[in-house]
Amino acid sequence: MAVPSKKRRAPVSAVQWATLLVVAAFVIVPFYTTALGGFKEIGELRVNPFGLPASWDPVRFVEILGGPRYFSSLGNSLLIALGTVVLSTVVASMTAFALAHIKFFGRNFIMGYLMLGLLFPSATGILPLFVKMRDLGMLDSHWGIIIVQVAFSVSFAVLLFHNFFKELPKELIDAARMDNCGYIRIYWYITLPLCLPIIATVGVFNFVGSWNSFLLPLIVLNSEAKYTWPLGIMQFQGQFGSDWPRILAFLTLSIMPAIAFFLLAQRYVISGLTGGAVKG
Amino acid sequence: MMGETAMSSIATEAGMGAVTATHRRRYMERKSLVPLLLFLPPALILFTVFVVLPMVDAATFSFFDWNGYGPITDFVGFENYADVLTHRNFGTAVRNSLIVVAVSLLVQLPLAMWCAIALSERSMSINVMRTLFFLPFMLAEVAAGLIWKFVYDGNYGLLPAIGGAIGVDMPFVLGDRFWVIPAIMLVITWKYFGFHMMIFIAGLQSIPNEVIEAARLDGVKRWQIVRHIKIPMIRSAIVISVFFAITGALQLFDLIIPLSNGGPSHSSHTIVTFLYQFGILRMKLGFGGAVSVLLFIACVIVALAYRRILFKVEQS
Repeated sequence: MAVPSKKRRAPVSAVQWATLLVVAAFVIVPFYTTALGGFKEIGELRVNPFGLPASWDPVRFVEILGGPRYFSSLGNSLLIALGTVVLSTVVASMTAFALAHIKFFGRNFIMGYLMLGLLFPSATGILPLFVKMRDLGMLDSHWGIIIVQVAFSVSFAVLLFHNFFKELPKELIDAARMDNCGYIRIYWYITLPLCLPIIATVGVFNFVGSWNSFLLPLIVLNSEAKYTWPLGIMQFQGQFGSDWPRILAFLTLSIMPAIAFFLLAQRYVISGLTGGAVKG
Repeated sequence: MMGETAMSSIATEAGMGAVTATHRRRYMERKSLVPLLLFLPPALILFTVFVVLPMVDAATFSFFDWNGYGPITDFVGFENYADVLTHRNFGTAVRNSLIVVAVSLLVQLPLAMWCAIALSERSMSINVMRTLFFLPFMLAEVAAGLIWKFVYDGNYGLLPAIGGAIGVDMPFVLGDRFWVIPAIMLVITWKYFGFHMMIFIAGLQSIPNEVIEAARLDGVKRWQIVRHIKIPMIRSAIVISVFFAITGALQLFDLIIPLSNGGPSHSSHTIVTFLYQFGILRMKLGFGGAVSVLLFIACVIVALAYRRILFKVEQS
């Protein structure tokens, strides 16, 4: 018989802590220098890369916040992301409901068909997609981006909803059917109210994906007034070349909302990752 | 109103259990057609029109010489494929994409595993670390690319400052045909290892505590537990991670554009930036279509291999 060891082992050993700290420094230093860089003069970046800035004059930040570009590009991104989230939630949850609760011929086939989207990279179809959007008159419009992003999001969202709907007690649906409650009413009054956590997960996932997307807006949008923030920041960087303090200030202001959102919503992101990826 | 009645009757009848088969079938016939016609088409139409058809179109375009305007009539057979395969930058793009795959598998995943093993316990300081490591993954690729463009900047960046401090003259890494690739690989590792770490942590946390505890009571050493119990038990998480690492690496685009834009002299293109640079920007749809088809085939091969491996993992 083995004897239980007396001393309680620390969950993380000293060697592990040491390497974790090195990795943490590796992760944090770029963020740290970016955040401080906005306050430094260009020459200061060279001579004082890690230290605190000589003055905390927020002149660049104020200038950016007062300029036309910052709020309009963030607003555009927000509009597109919200549109994508709402539409994708509705479309994908309806489909997943039908696939999970209604028995019909070809149901497995449709599920398999939609899941193809998980295996194949969206980037491969980007050029014909551009032609299609042009022919449908969807170029240079936020709606065009929203609709295409919803189409791209369908596979993963249906998978997450489907996994969740399958777990709902069957008796609920059966009992409702006994009462002659139609599927549409079951969907609206029973399934949706029960699946708020998965709606949050899918919503956060789609929001982040849309907020960060670059390639699609890049090929779709032409007019600067409609630019999303990744396009805006690329253009800003192109315009100011190596005026790094100004670019770093713009970067800091652009990523702050995303970081705040992430800290608030991270548990949904993680449950989406693990629920969709590990189980699926 | 209807909802309330439905809900209250559920409460009373939920315990009754199964519904008879005949009832169910009759119900099906009456009630399922309208909802199906309402629920299925939106997703199916969007998915077909904007995801599936473009890939079919890409295959069609790849056999024609077309600039995107007017009728598609100029059939050229496999000429576009020949053009792609003999393009002097395509080989570089493929090589770079393969390097990304290799670095993802050989550097990023082991690092992620190391961190996951240390961070799979629950405690406050561990949660902070975990959030920190996951942060780069949530950041937009464009923002991450610009942050690192600054870090690498030859005049004002961190790298020359560090080099100056230790007395080494650092090259302009993003402008150097050799250094640009390692520099990008470092950014990729920084950006994505937290994602794989989270997948591994989820796997590790699903291992029943009793298994680890029993091994510990039997005097099994910590690293033996990791090697012989933990890692084998999260095989499926590893398989998924590998799959994401490979398909993600094959599609890498957003990070490259702000960092090096494929330069210097087209030495840091990946397959997708190559497609963008030489297909999309020049509106060469046949050429771009051929690149897309080749990328698609690569992804199909990965997916099929993945299914086989996953099947084997589930079997054992």
